[in-house]
Amino acid sequence: MPPEAAHQKPLKQIGWVVLLLAFTSGFIIMSVELLGGRILAPYFGSSIYVWGSIISIFMVALSVGYLIGGRLSVNQPNLRRYGIFFVLAALGLLPIVFFANQAMDAVFMAIDDPRYGSLLASTLLFFIPTAILGMIAPYSVRLMVNNTERSGQVAGGLYFISTLGSALGTLLTSFYLVLWFEMNTILLTMVTVLILAGALAFTLGSKRS
Amino acid sequence: MTKRWIVFSMLLLSAVPSFSDVIHREKSLYRNIEVQETGRDRCLVFAQRSDDRRQSCVNLKNPDRVVFSYVRMTFAGLLLNERPGSILIVGLGGGTLPSALGALYPEASIDVIEIDPAVVRVAESFFDFQVSDRVKVWVQDARVFIKRAGRRGDQYDLIILDAFTGEYIPEHLMTREFLQETQSLLSNTGVLVANTFSSSELYDYESVTYRDVFGKFFNFKLPASGNRVVIASSKPLPDSRALQAAASRLSVPLSRFGVAIESFPRFLTTRSDWDEDAPVLTDQFSPANLLKNR
Repeated sequence: MPPEAAHQKPLKQIGWVVLLLAFTSGFIIMSVELLGGRILAPYFGSSIYVWGSIISIFMVALSVGYLIGGRLSVNQPNLRRYGIFFVLAALGLLPIVFFANQAMDAVFMAIDDPRYGSLLASTLLFFIPTAILGMIAPYSVRLMVNNTERSGQVAGGLYFISTLGSALGTLLTSFYLVLWFEMNTILLTMVTVLILAGALAFTLGSKRS
Repeated sequence: MTKRWIVFSMLLLSAVPSFSDVIHREKSLYRNIEVQETGRDRCLVFAQRSDDRRQSCVNLKNPDRVVFSYVRMTFAGLLLNERPGSILIVGLGGGTLPSALGALYPEASIDVIEIDPAVVRVAESFFDFQVSDRVKVWVQDARVFIKRAGRRGDQYDLIILDAFTGEYIPEHLMTREFLQETQSLLSNTGVLVANTFSSSELYDYESVTYRDVFGKFFNFKLPASGNRVVIASSKPLPDSRALQAAASRLSVPLSRFGVAIESFPRFLTTRSDWDEDAPVLTDQFSPANLLKNR
């Protein structure tokens, strides 16, 4: 068996794991974004500019995440590192649960204009976890691509599954989750899911190496 | 026979001209705004749905008269403080309340918070609402204004929450934390009046939330009206004799607004007619728009 084929087979086996995890990160990104509006409302209201702040910060954070994730995928891409991204994203969400009010209080006192207040608060609360979640997308592509010919198809499949996850995260959060649970409960559940996802990837990655 | 009647009434209906003229229409950042004239009434309409009655109207022949019963019911708050020196109103609408209260209390300072600049323009152009040194409008989110006012230590003798159009509820203005921030703005003799929801599951949740923050409050419903007004106070609530005495004193000054204040006290009750086990609405949990439809 040529060395390349030997390399391919196990990667195919982990394909479903990568797809599942990409779905999960897509789901969580949009769920957090939607909760962001609620988190900021007590300090900055729920005007259109609050949503403007949240959406722009999420976009900037994701774009930075794509860049870093893509760069990190160059050298020896592996599932263990992939798993670590999920755990880091989980840790990045924790300050929203425990320090959001303190952070927003400080911003509220420092900045009068709720437009810039909400922009700064969004940056403090959401930039880091969203950027880390953004790293997952290009890294997933790298883990699943094994030849250039099919790279576009693999990327398409991953966009498909993670964007579908985003759609579902948006829908479930806005229709049901906020009706059933407190916001911190939802966030802590997502932290747990991310840690489990990270553990899964890390374990599989350790077995393979 | 029945068929002929149907045809006849259809003919009759089609013969009546459409009696609501739209004299102004604009799309704002938050909603569609229409000013309609129906006979002698000029109305501000937010939602285009016919079942949305939460709008503001003025009677052109008798502009002092308050057209809507829920707005008249708001005056019941004066039974607990007959001379408010400072008033905060959340939600401008057509400006009925600030105009009436400004006329009633020429010495009082009135702050109005309205999120939508288009509503302010429409109130000024079509409803004769006037901003002055005493009557100020702040185009802001009420939560932001109230939080800042609290940090400044501002106090009001009368706070009126009238921010709900019926079509979309600002959920961050329904929570325990918001009511606590509002409560902190009440002076020693301060009174809070809130036009709130009287049907759906939201009634239970909202009532429980007000109880949680203010303790006992007056729940005010009129038999003919579908509205509910919450009246809470910094001081202990007055008894029915004190309410009746205040109503007698207020009846003359309020008569020009068409407010039959003397009929109000017997409908003010502290009894709960809601599900007391409903959860409190908080900043963490406030699905008001989802509850409204249940």
